[in-house]
Amino acid sequence: MKTFDYVRPETISEAVTAAAQPGAAYLASGTNLLDLMKGGITRPDRLVDVTHLPGLDRIERLADGGIRIGALVRNADLAHDTDFARFYPAVAEALLSGASAQLRNAATVGGNLLQRTRCGYFYDTASACNKRQPGTGCDARDGENRLHAVLGWSEACIATHPSDFCVPLVALDAVVEIEGRSGRREIALEALHRLPGDTPEQESVLEPGDLIVALRLQAEARAFSAHARYLKVRERTCYAFAIVSAAAGLRIEQGTIRDARLALGGVAAKPWRARAAEATLAGALPTPAAFRRAAEAALADAKPSGDNLFKIELAQRILVRTLTLAAAGTPKRIPALPASPFASVSGALQNA
Amino acid sequence: MSFSISLTINGVRRDVELEDPRVTLLDLLRERLHLTGTKKGCDRGQCGACTVLIDGRRINSCMALALSHDGADVLTIEGVAHGDQLHPVQAAFIAHDGFQCGFCTPGQIMSAIGLIHEGQAGDDPERIREAMSGNLCRCGAYAGITEAVLEAQQNLTAADRRRSA
Repeated sequence: MKTFDYVRPETISEAVTAAAQPGAAYLASGTNLLDLMKGGITRPDRLVDVTHLPGLDRIERLADGGIRIGALVRNADLAHDTDFARFYPAVAEALLSGASAQLRNAATVGGNLLQRTRCGYFYDTASACNKRQPGTGCDARDGENRLHAVLGWSEACIATHPSDFCVPLVALDAVVEIEGRSGRREIALEALHRLPGDTPEQESVLEPGDLIVALRLQAEARAFSAHARYLKVRERTCYAFAIVSAAAGLRIEQGTIRDARLALGGVAAKPWRARAAEATLAGALPTPAAFRRAAEAALADAKPSGDNLFKIELAQRILVRTLTLAAAGTPKRIPALPASPFASVSGALQNA
Repeated sequence: MSFSISLTINGVRRDVELEDPRVTLLDLLRERLHLTGTKKGCDRGQCGACTVLIDGRRINSCMALALSHDGADVLTIEGVAHGDQLHPVQAAFIAHDGFQCGFCTPGQIMSAIGLIHEGQAGDDPERIREAMSGNLCRCGAYAGITEAVLEAQQNLTAADRRRSA
């Protein structure tokens, strides 16, 4: 690991000033950053430790019925917050399906949003990677790419965003609060991450010094709490990143879907909101045919970036299954194996 | 540039001067404080051998920058027994053959103590296995580990009940 200057600011504005300089990086719990630094993938000159900043570790209920989550709230604390898990159960399930208990105890909300891809070529400093070193090429294109993107990718980069948490968040229109050199602003989470295009090294719209200070979910997102699930296919049932994942929230009245929220994970460089698929479900009956139609709409623009054609069909099936389980109702308690599609559920087809 | 930090480790306050900001909590424990019970396996947050409790919560000490944990209360495997009296989780690991070579065992035990404290798994073996999935055992002692955690949890819960009765 390259050495660095260590700075521990006491206020947010000190942090922003310290991190606005070239070569600086924010350090929260470090579960991703230290890993990248140990591997020589990122080599910051200065770490700005934000873990001691006051006021960023609170979960607040807002007067309008929404919820505001400080950027330093730990993943485990958020997932086990009783109100949060009741109002936004798919988000809690997604959190508990990620990483290990130790990492969830450490990892922060802000850090989760900004975690880097797990593309093996990004991690291997002997490989060409436009994201790690712009202009060097992409060894994933002709390499082991069965887990890479099927939506929104470019010739320059076919990496995926690895977060589980972001998938239901983007489906529920989460908002990110950012403190920067010109003050406080907020943007939709959906607008935080960028698709690779010709500049895969630019992963988000954040400017130097920008610090995510909080995440908000609106009261309206609670309308989906009775029919909300997150499912994740992975190569082992625990402690693995998604090959494909899906979040679904339904608002069902008198047996008819009034409104749907859908998003996919593991398919693109950002959490992928499936608006066209949502539109097909509004006013529909919750039937297998309607779910399949929605899934096809969600993947209509997908194309393989390598040896991963299977992910397009897999994503459609996992969307159908997530919708089927969401329609059946949010479980009273998060299942023993959170987000696992292999838990048996009465009435759900195992091959759908 | 050197940095001074102060930690409480197994109930004892330790003031440490760090010449290098790169030191992880794991390396601080092992190399500076000679508490070598906490093991270095992968050093990348994947195997769980380095699990310790910080302020009562289990974390991977290999992924924790020591400087960032200035002021923390750290519990390691060296701090869990009372003299010759083993912690109930340690005793349960022995009773159920929850190990073979023993390298992962300190991390397994610290993780199990954290798990029981979190109170989420109950007596469901599936939830215990999921909650212990951040601790790899190369010897494959998982069946015994699950049994040990179940028994330790029952014993600790019963002891809590007796205390509050």
